[in-house]
Amino acid sequence: MLIAISFYSLAFVSVAAAFMVVASKNPVHSVLYLILTFFSAAGLFILMGAEFLALLIIMVYVGAVAVLFLFVVMMLDVDFVELKQGFLSYLPVGALVAIILLLEMLMVGAAYFAGETKTVVVRDNGVSNLEAFGQVLYTDYAGVFEAAGFVLLVAMIGAIVLTLRKREGVRKQIPSEQIARTKEKGLKMVDIKPGVGIE
Amino acid sequence: MFQTISLFAPQLVLAFFASQLLSTGAFAKRDISIGVRNFSIFVLLIYSVIGFILGKPTGTAFKGALVIDDFSHYMNLIIGLSAAATLALSKSFFQIEKLDRFEFSILVLYCTLGMSIMVSANTLLALYIGIEMQSLALYIMAAFNRDSLRASEAGLKYFVLGALSSGLLLYGASLIYGFTGSIEFTQISEAISYGASPGIIAGMVFLLCGLAFKISAAPFHMWTPDVYEGAPTPVTAFFASVPKFAAMALIARLLVGPFETIVSQWQQVIVIFAILSMFIGAIGALVQVNIKRLMAYSSIANMGFALVALSAGNESGVKGMLIFMSIYVISIIGIFACILQMRIRDGMVENINDLAGLSKSNRSLALVLTVFMFSIMGIPPLLGFFGKFFAFVPAIEAGMVWLVVLALIASVIGAFYYLRLVKIIWGDESSHEFVEAPKTLRTIALMSSLLVFPILILPLISIPTQSLISRAASSLF
Repeated sequence: MLIAISFYSLAFVSVAAAFMVVASKNPVHSVLYLILTFFSAAGLFILMGAEFLALLIIMVYVGAVAVLFLFVVMMLDVDFVELKQGFLSYLPVGALVAIILLLEMLMVGAAYFAGETKTVVVRDNGVSNLEAFGQVLYTDYAGVFEAAGFVLLVAMIGAIVLTLRKREGVRKQIPSEQIARTKEKGLKMVDIKPGVGIE
Repeated sequence: MFQTISLFAPQLVLAFFASQLLSTGAFAKRDISIGVRNFSIFVLLIYSVIGFILGKPTGTAFKGALVIDDFSHYMNLIIGLSAAATLALSKSFFQIEKLDRFEFSILVLYCTLGMSIMVSANTLLALYIGIEMQSLALYIMAAFNRDSLRASEAGLKYFVLGALSSGLLLYGASLIYGFTGSIEFTQISEAISYGASPGIIAGMVFLLCGLAFKISAAPFHMWTPDVYEGAPTPVTAFFASVPKFAAMALIARLLVGPFETIVSQWQQVIVIFAILSMFIGAIGALVQVNIKRLMAYSSIANMGFALVALSAGNESGVKGMLIFMSIYVISIIGIFACILQMRIRDGMVENINDLAGLSKSNRSLALVLTVFMFSIMGIPPLLGFFGKFFAFVPAIEAGMVWLVVLALIASVIGAFYYLRLVKIIWGDESSHEFVEAPKTLRTIALMSSLLVFPILILPLISIPTQSLISRAASSLF
């Protein structure tokens, strides 16, 4: 009973929040709703017994991705008046597409519940989530794991290629030289005679 | 041990040397972009033939993540050779425009690695990783000229729409996993053979939509003209040739692999893609004045023709697609080698009218370009005719005469703008002369024009190639 209640409330919150991501006018609000969606998805994973995935979602998506989005969105110069103008003209087409998609989703979902076999395999051999991941991640999935590393490397090369600029004539601070400065090198004692000036 | 390594030796070669070159370039004191490019071309050539040198081993690697068969050997060969050719094309352009950095060659290598994973993918996971590796490298290459507003716009546009298509693809993959309980192609195929539920079909359609974006088949073609126009020209040459073929091969593997039992379902999707692409490509190109935009629409139309072959849904259909796409890649590389020669004293020119009077100012370039135009139009005895022939025959045999009739109408419409180009080259008055092109460009243009010229029809070359392609196609079934 409790599980059913928490499932339905989490599912409702995640769908409603996902709707608000698209519907809200203010991009900052959208990102905040996105965080809410991630949180309720994490809750759903915990209900399914996938506590590792749930923690991963909170750490990666909420902790890193969504916060990054928030920063980017806050830096954007958003013109709210302009945002509100186009909405009504797109509404009929958008609503039509949305309704068709919704019907299709319902059909797919109905087909799933009408079928007799459920394909989700529940692991119940006393192995924790983390252990189960560890057993396959570096063995069965070693190849794709390495390949995923290359994907990240490509992204890194891209970030550097597209943003790094070598600037000429920039004065750099070199700490080692600063520290190595001694009294003898940096200071010169001059005995000034009256009326002569320095050198 | 050696058996296992020899299976994925092509991927290993690429990954190893790309990483080596990357660290060499990162720590080099001076600019080593020329050396890195030459070595990368060499690596790509090794990659393309190493499968054949090792005696074409077959089997699955990484616990079934990759499948190595004759199909992947053939694709590795074509991908490696054409990537090497486009990389060689890029040399003079980047040097004259002072854009040359060693990262470009590295990105081409990683992109090729992604494509080689794509064409050998045997699970949905490997498929996605391969596509992402390839696309990320392509996004960066599109925006490589970061000081140009057009190139940045092209990169950003490609990135945003590519992310959207990845979303579609992943959603389809998740549906398929949910309804079949596996990400492995063999097990998906087995699960589907017990009956395809609407969920599987919805997943398949989403998957195909995501992939249609990668081959720029209509209605997922919107990004193509803008990205082709904005990206640096050698990058456009790369976009138009290699990734298209890799994505098309992936579609073929997917359709006749996991979804082989629901031919009638995916046939409809492919036919719709094919018809829309052929006509949007043919009609959209009519009003273009920029030659890169023209080639974008031309490539959309050509993807439609390749999909016509695939829609037959049998072995000869896959074979027809492979022949058509191989010929398409050869001609596209040649055409871009010609486009890259369109340089006047002030810089590159890209308008069709800049070609006016080319027959008087530069007769060899005019001849080569004319050969390509006639070939891509499909005039016998040029190779383009045989490409279309082998693409359309399987569809006729499968009883889709009406589709082939539509394809022929689209090619007739398309012939108009190719002929207009020929007319401008031979008929119009010259306005300016191009500066003399570097030797690499001229050589590649000449080589691929010789290839589309009847040389490949000679039995000595065509019979081994055909048997290679036939074995590649039959290894999928």
